[in-house]
Amino acid sequence: MKNLFLALLFVPTFATASEAGYRLDRAPIDTRDLLSLQAGARTFVNYCLNCHSAQYMRYNRLTDLGLTESQIRDNLIFTDAKVGDTMKVALNAKDGKAMFGAAPPDLSVIGRSRGADWLYSYLRAFYRDEKSPTGWNNAVFPQVAMAHALWSLQGERGLVVVAGKNHGPAEYQWSRISAGTQNTVQYDTTVRDLVNFLVYIGEPAANDRKRIGIVVLFALLILFVFAYLLKKEYWKDVK
Amino acid sequence: MSKKKIDNTRRNLIVATTAVAGAAGAGVAIPFAWSWWPSERAKAAGGPVEADISNLAPGELAVVEWRGKPVWIMRRTKEMLEAVRKADDKVTDPKSDVPLQPEYAKNENRSIKPEFLVLVGICTHLGCSPQSKPAEAKGEMGSDWAGGFLCACHGSKFDLAGRVYKGAPAPVNLEVPPHTYLSDGTILIGEDKKGA
Amino acid sequence: MASRLMALWDWFDSRMPSVAEEFRKHMAEYYAPKNFNFWYFFGAFSILLLGIQIVSGIFLTMHYKPDANLAFGSVEYIMRDVPGGWLIRYIHSTGASAFFAVVYLHMFRGLLYGSYKQPRELVWIFGVLLYLTLMAEAFLGYLLPWGQMSYWGAQVIVNLFAVIPFIGPDLALWIRGDYVVGDATLNRFFALHVIAVPLVLLGLVAAHILALHDVGSNNPDGIEIKKKKGPDGHPLDGIPFHPYYTVKDIAGAVLFMMVLCAVLFFVPEMGGYFLEYNNFVPADPLKTPAHIAPLWYFTPFYSILRAVPPLFNSQFPGVALFGLSTMILFLLPWLDRSPVKSIRYRGVLFKSAVAIFVITFLVLGYLGTEPVTVWGQFGSWLGYADVATVVARIFTLLYFAFFFLMPWYTAIDKCKPEPDRVTM
Repeated sequence: MKNLFLALLFVPTFATASEAGYRLDRAPIDTRDLLSLQAGARTFVNYCLNCHSAQYMRYNRLTDLGLTESQIRDNLIFTDAKVGDTMKVALNAKDGKAMFGAAPPDLSVIGRSRGADWLYSYLRAFYRDEKSPTGWNNAVFPQVAMAHALWSLQGERGLVVVAGKNHGPAEYQWSRISAGTQNTVQYDTTVRDLVNFLVYIGEPAANDRKRIGIVVLFALLILFVFAYLLKKEYWKDVK
Repeated sequence: MSKKKIDNTRRNLIVATTAVAGAAGAGVAIPFAWSWWPSERAKAAGGPVEADISNLAPGELAVVEWRGKPVWIMRRTKEMLEAVRKADDKVTDPKSDVPLQPEYAKNENRSIKPEFLVLVGICTHLGCSPQSKPAEAKGEMGSDWAGGFLCACHGSKFDLAGRVYKGAPAPVNLEVPPHTYLSDGTILIGEDKKGA
Repeated sequence: MASRLMALWDWFDSRMPSVAEEFRKHMAEYYAPKNFNFWYFFGAFSILLLGIQIVSGIFLTMHYKPDANLAFGSVEYIMRDVPGGWLIRYIHSTGASAFFAVVYLHMFRGLLYGSYKQPRELVWIFGVLLYLTLMAEAFLGYLLPWGQMSYWGAQVIVNLFAVIPFIGPDLALWIRGDYVVGDATLNRFFALHVIAVPLVLLGLVAAHILALHDVGSNNPDGIEIKKKKGPDGHPLDGIPFHPYYTVKDIAGAVLFMMVLCAVLFFVPEMGGYFLEYNNFVPADPLKTPAHIAPLWYFTPFYSILRAVPPLFNSQFPGVALFGLSTMILFLLPWLDRSPVKSIRYRGVLFKSAVAIFVITFLVLGYLGTEPVTVWGQFGSWLGYADVATVVARIFTLLYFAFFFLMPWYTAIDKCKPEPDRVTM
C-alpha cells in the first residue's frame, strides 16, 4: 500500500484528459458595489441557503453592505436564527448526501476556492439532460450533482456540444426550451450580483484590507525617507 | 607516582559516569519517541477488519466498513470474470499499472482468488460511493453493459474488476485494499499477509 | 532624568557587564567589509522575517485549534471574527513565502561571491541546516489550515518516507500516528511547528552568526579584509557593523516591508502561489484532488521527485534523488576548486554554470506547480511522453550536473587576478 499515495503524483497524467473544455467568462464583479451585494445577498438567502450553508459567515456582518441589523433580520433571515448567528442550514450533511449523492458544500469560501469567473460561468451553464438523475447537467461542471436552482429565473436550455475539428475547441450550441421570469441580460445581472456576494463572503475583510494597505504603504514610504536620510548621514564618513 | 594513579582512576570514572548518563539521557528519549506510535484509539478505529464470506452467493456483493470507508467484497461468477476480460480494451488502465492495489492483486482480475473481488468503494474522482450495476441494468447503462459500478455523482463507470472505463471523470481505477485470507471463509481487510 | 537613567545603566552594567561586551563584539566593533551591495541585505531580512513569523505565529496560536474537526473553521474564525485576525493570518502566510524568497536570495548571494569557501565552510553548513529546518517548519505549518492541499500535500510527503526500504511503512505510520493523516498527525505537527522546530531554528541562527563573526564576513570581491589591517588593528576595508550597517539595513528593511505589505494587503494569495485556491476547501480524506502541488518554495525539488521514473518497481530512487538534491548543498565548499571566491574574478565556465543553474531552478520550480500534462504530449516518436516530464528530466540532470561537474569546471576555469583591496 505504500505506493498508493505516491500514485497520486502521477494521477494528473490521466486527469486532465477528461476535464471540461468550456471557456470561462470573466465575471464583471465589484465588491465595493453595495447595491449589487445587497441584491446578491437576497438571491443567496432565497435560492442557495436552503441547501448550502455559509457556516463561517455571520448575518450581522452584512452590515458591511449598508444594511441595519433590523433590515437584515426582516429581509434576509427566514429561519429562527439570531442576527449574530452564522448562516447555517437546516439540512444536515447526512441527509444531503442521501438526497444528492454528495453533501452540498458550504459556500463560505467558495469564492476563494473556485474563483469568481468559474462561479459566474457555472451558474450560467446549466442545461436540460434527460440522462442525469436530476434532469440537469452543466457545461462547466459536467455531471454535477446539483439541479439548476435558478431555473425559474433563467428558464430551461438545451446544449449540443460539437467536437472541434482538428483538436480545435469544441463548439457549444445552446437552445432555448422554455423561458424564465428573467431575460438573458437580467439573469446575467442576477448571477453577477450573486457571485459578487459569494466573493464578498469569501473574505469579508477584503475591502478593509485594501484600504488599510494604502495607509500602511504611505506610512512606510514616509519612514523610508527618514531611514534613507539617516543612512546617508552616517555613510558620509565611509570612503 | 601514586598521585598520578589516583588521577587516572578519577578520569576513567568521570568518563564512565558520563557515558552512563548519556545512555540514560538517550533512554529518556525513548518514551517520547514511543508516544508517536498510533494510540489505542487510532488502532481501534483503523485496525484490520474481519469479514465472513462463506455465505456469499455467486454474484453477490457484501459491504464492510474499514477505516470509515466502505469495502466491497464481491463473489464473481464465471460470466462476470469473462466480462472483465472483454473490457480490457475499454478501460483506461487494463493492466493496473497505477499502483492502486497491493502487488499480490496486480493481475488480470485484480484479486488474490479470481472469484473474490475486494475493493474500496470510493470513487477515485471526488470520493462519492459508486453503486453496483449488474448486467441486467442494460436499460439504464446501455446495451453493451456487462455489469460493474456506476458513480452517480459524476457518472464514472467501472468494470467488475474496479477498472475505470475510458472517458470517465475518475482518473484511475478503484483501490484494492490490503487483504489476506485467514481461512477459505474469512478475509482480513487492512493487512497484508504476514511475511509476504 | 538622564543622569538617573545613566545611573541605572551603570548599576546594570556593573552586575552584568557581558551584555555591553557582546554588543561591542557583535555590533559596534564587528568590522564588516565596507563594500556590501544589494545582495547583502537578505541576511538581515531573514532575521527580520524570523521575528515577524514568531510574533504573528504566537498570536495565531491564541485563536487556532489543532483539532481535525475544528482546524479549518478556526482559521476562518481568525479571518472573520477575531478583530484584525485576517491581518495576523496574512502576515504569517505572506511572511512564510517571503521568508523563503529572502533565504533563496541570501543563498544565491553566497553562491555568487563564494561565501561558502574556506574559511566559511561552517557558516555555510549551519546555513544549509537552517534552510532544511526552515523547510521542515514550513511543511509542518502548511498542514495546520487543514485544507485539501494541506492534507494531501502532507499525505504525499509523509508517504515519501514509506518507500524507504524495510523500515519505510513503519516509519510513515510512526510519523502520522495513524493509518492516514489525521487528528493525531495534526496535533503533533502543531506542537513541532509552534515550539520544537522554532527552538532549533533559533539555536541554528545563533550558531550561524557566531560562526560568521569568528571568521568575518565575505564581500562582493571575495577577498579577506582581515589581511590588510591598519595601525589600530582594524581591517582597512572594514567598518563597524553598528552604526553603519544597522542604519543601512533599517533603510533596506523599510523598503522590503513595503514590498511585503504590497503583497500582503493587495494580493495575499499571489495568484494561488502563496495561498493555494484548493486550500480553501476543507480537508477530505475521501476526495483526492486532481492536482496536488506544494507551495512554490518546494516545487523545484518536487519536480525532481516527479521526474525520476520508478526503478525496479520502487519509487525509492526518486525519493533518494529528491533527498540528495538538498543534501548536496552541504558539499558545496568542497566541490568548488576555484582559487578565487567572487564571480567577479571567475571565468566564463563558472559564470555560464551559474546562469544555467538559475534557469534550471526556475524551470523546475515552475514545472512543480503544474500538472505534468501542462505542455501536452510528444508524438508517437517519443511514445506520447508528457513534454513537461521530459523537460523536467533534462533539467534534473542539469541540476545535478551543476554540482557534480563543479570540481572539474571550477578547476580549469580561467580566473582573473583578485584586487588587493575591496572595490566600492
